[in-house]
Amino acid sequence: MASISMTVNGREVSGDAEDRTLLVEFLRNNLGLTGTHVGCDTSQCGACVVHVDGEAVKSCTMLAAQAAGSAVTTIEGLAAGGELHPVQKAFHENHGLQCGFCTPGMIMAATDMIRRHGASLDEKTVREELEGNICRCTGYHNIVKSILAAANEMGGAQQAAE
Amino acid sequence: MGAEGIGARIARKEDKRFITGKGRYTDDMVVPGMKHAMFVRSPHAHAKINGIDKSAALAVPGVIDVLDGQQLTEDGIGSLICGWAITSKDGSPMNMGDWRPLATGKVRYVGDAVAIVVADTRAQAREGAEKVEVDYEELPSVTDSTAAIAEGAPQIHENAPGNQIFDWELGDSTTVDAALASAAHITEMDVVNNRLIPNAMEPRAALGHYNSAEDHYTCWTTSQNPHVARLVMSAFYNVAPENKLRVIAPDVGGGFGSKIYIYPEEIVCLWASKRTDVPVKWVADRTESFMCDAHGRDHVSNIKIAFDSENRITAIKVDTLANIGAYMSLFSSATPTYLYATLLSGQYNVANIHANVRTVYTNTAPVDAYRGAGRPEACYLIERAMETAARELGVDPAELRRKNFITEFPHQTPVIMAYDAGDFGASLDAAMQAADYSGFAARKAEAAGRGKLRGIGLSCYIEACGIAPSQAVGSLGAGVGLWESAEVRVNAVGTIEVLTGSHSHGQGHETTFAQLVADRLGVGIDTVSIVHGDTDKVQMGMGTYGSRSGAVGMSAISVALDRVEAKAKKIAAHLLEADEADIVIEGGELKVAGTDKTLPWFQMALAAYTAHNLPEGMEPGLKETAFFDPANFTFPAGCYICEVEVDPDTGVTDVIQFVAADDFGTIINPMIVEGQVHGGVAQGIGQALLEGCAYDPQSGQLLTASYMDYTMPRADDLPSIDVSTTKTESPSNPLGMKGCGEAGAIGSPPAVINAITDAIGNNDLTMPATPQAVWAAING
Amino acid sequence: MYKTNYHRASSVEEAASLIAGADDGKLLAGGQTLIPTMKQRLAAPSDVVDLRHIADLKGISVAGSQVTIGAGTTHADVANSAEIRSACPALADLASHIGDPHVRNMGTIGGSIANNDPAADYPAAMVALGATIHTNSREISADDFFVGMFETALNDGEIITAVSFNAPEKAAYQKFPNPASRYAMTGVFVAKGAGGVRVGVTGAGSDGVFRATDMEAALGANFSGGALDATSVDSSGMLSDLHGSSDYRANLVKVMARRAVEAAG
Repeated sequence: MASISMTVNGREVSGDAEDRTLLVEFLRNNLGLTGTHVGCDTSQCGACVVHVDGEAVKSCTMLAAQAAGSAVTTIEGLAAGGELHPVQKAFHENHGLQCGFCTPGMIMAATDMIRRHGASLDEKTVREELEGNICRCTGYHNIVKSILAAANEMGGAQQAAE
Repeated sequence: MGAEGIGARIARKEDKRFITGKGRYTDDMVVPGMKHAMFVRSPHAHAKINGIDKSAALAVPGVIDVLDGQQLTEDGIGSLICGWAITSKDGSPMNMGDWRPLATGKVRYVGDAVAIVVADTRAQAREGAEKVEVDYEELPSVTDSTAAIAEGAPQIHENAPGNQIFDWELGDSTTVDAALASAAHITEMDVVNNRLIPNAMEPRAALGHYNSAEDHYTCWTTSQNPHVARLVMSAFYNVAPENKLRVIAPDVGGGFGSKIYIYPEEIVCLWASKRTDVPVKWVADRTESFMCDAHGRDHVSNIKIAFDSENRITAIKVDTLANIGAYMSLFSSATPTYLYATLLSGQYNVANIHANVRTVYTNTAPVDAYRGAGRPEACYLIERAMETAARELGVDPAELRRKNFITEFPHQTPVIMAYDAGDFGASLDAAMQAADYSGFAARKAEAAGRGKLRGIGLSCYIEACGIAPSQAVGSLGAGVGLWESAEVRVNAVGTIEVLTGSHSHGQGHETTFAQLVADRLGVGIDTVSIVHGDTDKVQMGMGTYGSRSGAVGMSAISVALDRVEAKAKKIAAHLLEADEADIVIEGGELKVAGTDKTLPWFQMALAAYTAHNLPEGMEPGLKETAFFDPANFTFPAGCYICEVEVDPDTGVTDVIQFVAADDFGTIINPMIVEGQVHGGVAQGIGQALLEGCAYDPQSGQLLTASYMDYTMPRADDLPSIDVSTTKTESPSNPLGMKGCGEAGAIGSPPAVINAITDAIGNNDLTMPATPQAVWAAING
Repeated sequence: MYKTNYHRASSVEEAASLIAGADDGKLLAGGQTLIPTMKQRLAAPSDVVDLRHIADLKGISVAGSQVTIGAGTTHADVANSAEIRSACPALADLASHIGDPHVRNMGTIGGSIANNDPAADYPAAMVALGATIHTNSREISADDFFVGMFETALNDGEIITAVSFNAPEKAAYQKFPNPASRYAMTGVFVAKGAGGVRVGVTGAGSDGVFRATDMEAALGANFSGGALDATSVDSSGMLSDLHGSSDYRANLVKVMARRAVEAAG
């Protein structure tokens, strides 16, 4: 058991955890940030995606100790000052979610995707870039539409899929 | 309709909590003193249990207790039930084997629960579970349905000789055989409907909390129907009487059927909580979900369709073998019978139909309803055979279908169903136009120039939703009634709470149900709250499955609203000194028609609760309840057209275009309906191209036990989906709704396979049509 | 996951001493294979030594035709590197298709080749590029480095520090992903360089990555897709599983090789 400190959603936090504790377990169990989900055991579903030092990673495939000293952003920290992030807004407006379980990981993946691709994002790229995020409800149709709409809102991407 | 009423395309009310990480799923629940459980599961497909040694597990730090099936039996916990009794054609009842929540004596599939370990942490519980030493004596196993019913197969349950559960038939075999004998053409096919694993993204979970001071249980669980869970756990499993058992299904991350059933884990967590006097939480690993969630489909069938000389269908004969798995799950018997054979008429006018269905036990996970449940199996069979018949007869597949469509309603099929409304030609036309069907030949030629094989395939599906009326399903063997309940509470300030027995796990009820209220009362949806998923808050209800929440659940709300409106009008008439018949409700006001006299909705509500000035003899308050039992099933139908390109070098299939034209009757929120179609089609394309559960035939091990081996549809596997609707209203419920949740999964697989077989010119292709399978079909 | 002790190293020397001092330690690079393996309880290292914070292990340098990539460089960094895109675009392209974006942000080239998963992408490139694997104690040629499935020439505690190779004249990688896992079911890296043509094949062989020497000979004489028509791939040395029989994989090796040659131009 060791004390692990990091910055989560802009706040300095620390907690005692075994070295084997995964980042997602630390977020959920130590910090009560249950918006980050676990949907598989094999690092494939992406329900656990958070940002560590600005980059999207799977929090189920990283020890909490590895993230010590880093800045972590979870779904709970995305809406700044109560104002929805454009990606959150786009998911809402385009019905980009149904049961909501994959949604936090999808939104965190989408914000990272838009950060990296900006205006060059098109439907094919979005679909390829979603390889690490599985959804069982939406058939991805409205997720793709939401991401393109958000990218457009955030700085001009190509026309959203119909 | 108004901006938020029926038909309005509005964003969902419930979204905000999900997009901000504030959703609350079972695994998010924390109760003071809560401990964690892991199950000890059988590593063998079939084995005798000679003993269980718990000593090493109990010595693991943090382990509180290890409990097994013998202790469960001592405490009087009952066996799992199947809720639909099927009678074999010889009049004998089905051979249901015993399913103990924790196995005693024998284990019958890989994953069968043997014991539960409760510990301070999940990691400690896992360590404890690994240290429980079960003395297994391995027995021969069988996973394939054909092998299970063969002579000399390993016997799985003592009371099911030859592993057969029932041998059931529907329809008249004599007339069918006569029609086959005089047919001008018969199309015959062997068709496999591949076994699927549901994979809701939220793994199943249960938190059982026994409060010894109150002698009361609470169960948070991932359920599509918490009231049914309470009923079954109370009446059959002897967990506790209903008044001492509260079941809460909070936010639930998808179900697709797999969360209808009451599984061993929630029963055992509740019982273990009493045994250990601590709240016990279990959350499935994904691998456990693969192994132990009820699987879907797994049919092996033969179909014969007879045509006369004018290409009209004269008879359909079907023989099906359905794999039920190691135990009979809650609705496992209904899926391959009354939810399947009753739809074998498809959209076609067929005078003679006969189906024979045998069900068998195997050493595999239980098989039960999965999105569509029986109807996809029927649709796949009929629509594969129709496409094949068109090729054999040398006629256009669309025109062969059109020629045989039912065009007059109501229409009584020879297999129970009475179709009440539809316009199959309209959806076929809509789909053909959207798909540019007539331009296909040019596209095929262009693809050939690029070395690609292009194909097109159709599917004209019909399904039955609502699963009602209760008396009818009861006469067919159902153990429950399939009505739905609603309570509409108007508060003193005029805001409204709707308590519904339906359960939302992605369907958007908090929005669409509020839209119905907004439509009726002219109030904003923000003033309407939908309450569901908690047996302490909501009156008895039947839950959500079978695309029933609109047609049945909203109809119950509609009837309750009738009653609310009637009382509200009486109050308004009294206060406005007008005739009750002249009161209209509009825009949040009660108005006297033809005058300028109005009473705001909230003032009427306040009057109902102050009760200072109510009509003579009227009770105070404004709250009405309805239990709605529909007059008939509903029959969503439509046409799907799929266009693919196959790479002959690798066998990779690219779905270029997918068009869906559905008739769902009345639609409350088109955006949500489209989302349901997208998701259903994705699961159907998944079944057709990607998903196939596989067990090793020798060892009985599940080979597809993670996303490393079970191919889940991902974004780049799927196309954008072209969705449109046509409309005939269902006369069987007050709203004219039919249901949209399952259609996509039902209608799409045959469209995809018809397209691929068209592309490659080989009809011998089974699902999933993986690159390897398609490559082999091209080269074989 | 079984219990383990986490150590963070700030230099290669510190990492070497930490791993030497551990009972049954493992080096933790990006962790994208090791952590899932530990979660599945298929690996139970007493200690893990985190290399991610060692600055010396990161970075890409191109001097003339000599390309050097630090072992701790992530797949995303290789994929996005302007130097790599210019010197060996095929390698950047390969890196941009490893796993998914989240994996690429963590996974490293050193971790990938040290693990030598038979379905990993980098080994095919290393073999085809005739790369040199640099460790904290020696240099090993790619031909000698990859010994067999999950087996390498690395000694216990030996740490990969970098890989280097001469930029090829032309090269391309074509991957056929496993439909479920998205790992390579067959991946073929074709490179034409000063030393001739080399063809590295991953995902298909039952003994891990291998060089398709018949193809190399054919392409050496005539670098065109058509030159492969005369070659054949023996299915007896191919993996066979649920997703691809050995015959199917043998076919894929040829198809992917042809496409790689065509893509290389």
